[in-house]
Amino acid sequence: MTIQREFLESIPYFTGLNATELDSVRHLMFERTVDRNEIIQFESESAETLFFITSGAVKVFKTSSEGKEQILSIARPGGSFNDIAIFDDGPSPASAQAMGPVLLYGISRNELQTILREHPQVALNTIKVLADRTRQLVELVEDLSFRHVIGRVAKILLEQAGDGTSPRPRLTQQDMAAMAGTVREVVARSLKALEEEGAIRLERHQIKIADKEILEDMVTASV
Amino acid sequence: MPQIDADKCDNCGLCVSVCDCGALVYIEDTVTVIETHTCGWCMMCEAVCPLGALTCPFEIMFDETTQP
Repeated sequence: MTIQREFLESIPYFTGLNATELDSVRHLMFERTVDRNEIIQFESESAETLFFITSGAVKVFKTSSEGKEQILSIARPGGSFNDIAIFDDGPSPASAQAMGPVLLYGISRNELQTILREHPQVALNTIKVLADRTRQLVELVEDLSFRHVIGRVAKILLEQAGDGTSPRPRLTQQDMAAMAGTVREVVARSLKALEEEGAIRLERHQIKIADKEILEDMVTASV
Repeated sequence: MPQIDADKCDNCGLCVSVCDCGALVYIEDTVTVIETHTCGWCMMCEAVCPLGALTCPFEIMFDETTQP
């Protein structure tokens, strides 16, 4: 399979390049296929390649010493990962794992530097990509810092819980996000945190409130 | 089972690619949910969907066996 120029145009790094420029970039790239759950990049290890997702999805995450996983982002087609380590020459700040079969386009650090020197537009695009990445990480810091979100999720769970004797409307994480004034990813993180606290159990189709008092304490603490 | 909003879904197939249990498949180029007991409600399909077209709805209930 050859690297498609049309696809390259959709990658934010290469926005605004003409056909000739895209072709010169294309010839410096290579393809890599990755199986489901394969770790493409390990945290703290050196990264020599900037990867672009052509198909599939890649989870970018950090793991604590206790084995707790924090997803930083999910890279989808057109997205990239390894950006930070490629540009600061440091170790990778996060791991990257294929969530299913994934096709990647890769470009080495050296080849990327050649492109940046030859195509100023790519340098400008890179600034925007890294600024977007910074914005996303700042939003993540905000979500993780202001613990009141978890209190709002706890309140929704208490308000919406049924006793099992009568049917209750089913809620999606998106529904709960809309009710809590946040986004789905924050609700997902909050539910996981509540499960780790022992307040709830996430089961198929069901969120079971295992300890009502823990939830009530979280609601109180968030006010 | 996960639910697909056909009005939002553009059949990009990201959900199919991450689904480990075969609950999401392509049938005639359309993402389709297959009833299966192996679906572990991992919600990865919901997480990767860029359009919010796929959801895994929950019923919220008290677990009577654990309440004081």
